[in-house]
Amino acid sequence: MTATDVRPEAPAPVPAPAQRPKRKRTAEDRRQAIAGWLFVSPAMIGLLIFMVIPILLAFFVSFTNWDGLSSPITGDRKFVGLHNYEQLLTRDALTRRSFSVALKNNFWFVLIVVPIQTALALWLAILVNNKYLKGRSFFRTAFYFPAITSSIAITLVFIFLFQGGGAVNAMLKFLGIKGPNWLADSRGLFHLALSGVGVTKSPHWAQHQILSQSIWDWFSGPSVTMVVIIILVIWTTSGTFMLMFLAALQNIGEEVDEASDIDGANSWQRLRYVTLPMLRPTLLLVLTLGIIGTWQVFDQIYLTGNNPATRTPAFMSFDQSFNNNQFGVGSAIAFLLFALIMTLSTLQRRLVKEELD
Amino acid sequence: MSTQTYRSPTRKGLGYAALIVFALLFIGPFLIQIVTAFKTDPDATNHPLGLIPHPVSMAAWKRIFGYSADQSVPFGTWLMNSIIVSTCITLLRVFLDSLAGYALARLKFPGRRLVFAFVLVTLAVPSVVLLIPRFLVLKELHLYNSYAGMILPIAMDAVGIFLMRAFFLQVPASIEEAARIDGAGIFRTYWEIVLPLVRPGLITLTILSFQGSWNEFSFFLIATSDPKYNTLTTGLAKFGGGSLGSGNQFPVTLGAALLSTIPVAILFFVFQRQFVRGQISGAVKG
Repeated sequence: MTATDVRPEAPAPVPAPAQRPKRKRTAEDRRQAIAGWLFVSPAMIGLLIFMVIPILLAFFVSFTNWDGLSSPITGDRKFVGLHNYEQLLTRDALTRRSFSVALKNNFWFVLIVVPIQTALALWLAILVNNKYLKGRSFFRTAFYFPAITSSIAITLVFIFLFQGGGAVNAMLKFLGIKGPNWLADSRGLFHLALSGVGVTKSPHWAQHQILSQSIWDWFSGPSVTMVVIIILVIWTTSGTFMLMFLAALQNIGEEVDEASDIDGANSWQRLRYVTLPMLRPTLLLVLTLGIIGTWQVFDQIYLTGNNPATRTPAFMSFDQSFNNNQFGVGSAIAFLLFALIMTLSTLQRRLVKEELD
Repeated sequence: MSTQTYRSPTRKGLGYAALIVFALLFIGPFLIQIVTAFKTDPDATNHPLGLIPHPVSMAAWKRIFGYSADQSVPFGTWLMNSIIVSTCITLLRVFLDSLAGYALARLKFPGRRLVFAFVLVTLAVPSVVLLIPRFLVLKELHLYNSYAGMILPIAMDAVGIFLMRAFFLQVPASIEEAARIDGAGIFRTYWEIVLPLVRPGLITLTILSFQGSWNEFSFFLIATSDPKYNTLTTGLAKFGGGSLGSGNQFPVTLGAALLSTIPVAILFFVFQRQFVRGQISGAVKG
């Protein structure tokens, strides 16, 4: 049935006696109350069983030493209090060192991916939004297509491109550059740059330890392998964000542009003083989504191999749980990550609110 | 940017040049992927950039579709599992989410605001945090290593409820009122009259759900350990990641990866508008 089938029946206001609607409404109220709960309860019960209760259960597990083999509720596990969290945050040992390295890896990843993907998405959106552009929809599709494919499929393609003797190094060789062994190079980018100017060892002041890692190590920058994942993620997510900017640009409409045309603004001035301020809400949304997404990077890390220089907290949470059978530590990492993401997105949301007020 | 931007021919040329370079960067990897899937293993390894397979080889495709002596990698099983699981997840989501979305948009029932607030809260949970919780519940309910276990947890989804609610809100209330006056019950009004009116919403949700579950990886990774439940994503990841010993078998890996891209690509080219709408609303989920 379509809309046209229904419409002819629609305007049929029946003049009713004064009392009838009132009585009818209470019976109707009851009917709606029952129907309402019947309609929402399958989805609500599903969310409770497969999302809310499991999260509470995992929170409980983060205070135990559960090994993943028995039942987490009735099985063989000991309550260990804050032990798992202490191992990650306050006890200077191997677990905290790995966690600290994972945080560092992800921090550099976020710091590079988010600004670049946002700027690229905005730039592509502005170019593609030009209505005099020939082949607009081709370009839009081309930029967006990587975003629809599976992360696994696309990571496999990138592994092929970036392997030691792969297409990227073949191209670099053509330009006379000897490319690194991308997928197995754990050297930090900033350390590489510093060694380029002769600084190969940590200066004395940078040997101070923060979370089991020296300042020198914190400032290593992303590893060479992480650069591959950075390129991959920018390449796959820019398209989605481009679409969001594009939707916003189309809402702004042409009058504003024309008005500033008449005022004699050049295109850079127009971007800086007219378009960008109007895009502010979208810009903040894209930044927030970018931060939330990049702190969760997992699939690409899993696939590029268990390399300490690309491990992120999300991967470490998985690895501790499913490979080392330490679900307590794994859950604790998951909740710390949860807290981090929530804090960052709340901060962002507050910023958005201030902007709008 | 409007008329003025490309007024001068040089700037116009520069703009197009930039666009074409970027379009090549975005499409290039797919071209190389397609070409490589028709190469022999040594050709792929020795000439990774070569855009013409020499010789053209169907070996990878024969292996993928099971027409080769080497049956060691069950691509057919992966494909079947991906189809079964994605279809069930999509059907369940469309059914459950449109029911709940309708109630939240239209029916007045006590606790409606609370239910809606609950939906909004679950919307904000980052999915990577759910891996261990979902594993726990599958263990407890003895659903680990089963199709039901792969389907049910991700069929429960707040994004779809939110999306459908927005579509139902756009339907004029007068249409339902007329039907109700004619004596139709609430479910019948919903099923026969309102649901057909939100067809664009249903299509959007179907695409969003199918694409999401077809590309899902991390959840299937923790929901199963038995290889017979491998989907295209988990199977490919274990194969391409080396644990099944793929070594330098790039043509077959990239061919299978290509195969896993095709269904979503077809959906994309057929339903571009709905696809884009779904992506944007899906991305809003935190």
